[in-house]
Amino acid sequence: MSDNSDIRNMFPILKSRVNDNDLVYFDNAATTQKSKEVIKELERFYLQENSNIHRGVHHLSQVATDSFELTRKSVKTFINSKFTHEIIFTKGTTDSINLVASSLGRLLKKDDEIIISEMEHHSNIVPWQLCCEISGAKLKIVPINDSGELDMIIFNELLNSKTKIVAITHISNSLGTINPIKEIIKLSHENNAKVLIDGAQSAAHVSIDVQELDVDFYCFSAHKLYGPTGVGVLYGKEEILNQMPPYQGGGEMIKEVSLHKTTYASLPHKFEAGTPNIAGVVAFKKSIDLLENFGLKTIKEHEDALLSYATKELKKIEGLIIVGTSENKSGIISFNINGIHHYDLGVILDKMGIAIRTGHHCTQPVMRKFNIPGTARISFAYYNTFDEIDRCIKAINKAKDMLL
Amino acid sequence: MNMSINEIENEIVEEFEMFDNWIDKYEYLIDLGKSLPKISDSEKTKENIITGCQSQVWLNAKEKDRHIIFYADSDAIMTKGIIAILIRVLSFQKPKDIINAKLEFIEKIGLKEQLSPTRANGLVSMIKKMKIYALGFEQKL
Repeated sequence: MSDNSDIRNMFPILKSRVNDNDLVYFDNAATTQKSKEVIKELERFYLQENSNIHRGVHHLSQVATDSFELTRKSVKTFINSKFTHEIIFTKGTTDSINLVASSLGRLLKKDDEIIISEMEHHSNIVPWQLCCEISGAKLKIVPINDSGELDMIIFNELLNSKTKIVAITHISNSLGTINPIKEIIKLSHENNAKVLIDGAQSAAHVSIDVQELDVDFYCFSAHKLYGPTGVGVLYGKEEILNQMPPYQGGGEMIKEVSLHKTTYASLPHKFEAGTPNIAGVVAFKKSIDLLENFGLKTIKEHEDALLSYATKELKKIEGLIIVGTSENKSGIISFNINGIHHYDLGVILDKMGIAIRTGHHCTQPVMRKFNIPGTARISFAYYNTFDEIDRCIKAINKAKDMLL
Repeated sequence: MNMSINEIENEIVEEFEMFDNWIDKYEYLIDLGKSLPKISDSEKTKENIITGCQSQVWLNAKEKDRHIIFYADSDAIMTKGIIAILIRVLSFQKPKDIINAKLEFIEKIGLKEQLSPTRANGLVSMIKKMKIYALGFEQKL
């Protein structure tokens, strides 16, 4: 795709000028930009439908509930879950993981084991550490190799009859590595362990079919799918969600409350205490529609092309080291330049209108593994162009001239 | 007699007025950063590190003739450049003057964004720590 101006026109913010330059937005792994349709839908909801959902007998409440539930159906189709009530709305991926770690964690016993990996985002580390502190379970870590890939031999060795939960990221946010989750799920199930996949970096970039994967939990955030912030999804298998105790107590999640005993609502409401981000959930549907219109296959092809072009061009820069060199990568490139601190590079690129992320990307164990304080990270979305990569490369060379 | 904090600030503002584009200004900052004497690794201790989310700063201070001398270093050169300016303003000053310094020149030279807490480069904490040192010395004097 040489000219994607039609797609870029759908995202008004991409026309911004930053420090007297056209914006190049390469921080999509942190959050993606929002389409006009999503922004319009947020406004439409507040103008025409705003009301609290569920249980309301009046017109607006019914309309708002219908819109809210329509998004749940969209998500069900989007990831091909068996039932609509397997889709739980949360605040985001972090919230989804915390829900599972906290609720399922209560069913764990001392000496049970949880496996995570060295490449996890802090959001898929800390909830499990908290869970271990409370339950007495042990945390086991799958290391990564120098290319930034999981060591599957050690993973296999770590799996045993004590393993109860395996929580692994689909795509690493700091390395870009796409993990072999199908194999991970299969091996874990052979050991009767349940699997949670952190899909924060994958849901907008690769096609997800939770039934085909046979995954137990899959988590992602709307805001990384061109949707609003403050909305996340937890997919969980019906059977497991039914066995799990509620995460938070409050309105919506109850069947009947007396002052001494409460019975809980059925799925998905059992896990949706309190008034959710209704407008955000409603508008999220527009971003799923957009992804389905583009087609995940087309998206992946374009982003793969951007990845391989950018990798090739970056490698031409003397002293530039790419961190995360797996053969199987998504559109995320972390790098350092000899003698240059990532912060300095980020500050100078910003002056040239180029938005990248710098730092440890909430993956300090990865940085420790590679013995670096941080990296500069470029991450792509469907609306990015080859021309933007050229501008970024030029800017990196300019920054290098200034800094060295 | 040393120049006062205000006088040094005005001098720096005048220097920065010469630059009519960001590239020259940043190159000057980078040069300042490169020329700032390094702190030796042995002096980079847990006690004097200021950890920003992005870059780290090490800050030491000592007292001489009722004035405070600051030494600082960072792993990022832009941060070091700004440190060099802050040291030029606040070092060899009396504790009381350091405590009261408003440092409004930062905004005048167009580097306010570098000192915003969201930049997470450790500089905001560094200024705070410089003032805490001054407070400590003043109470001793």
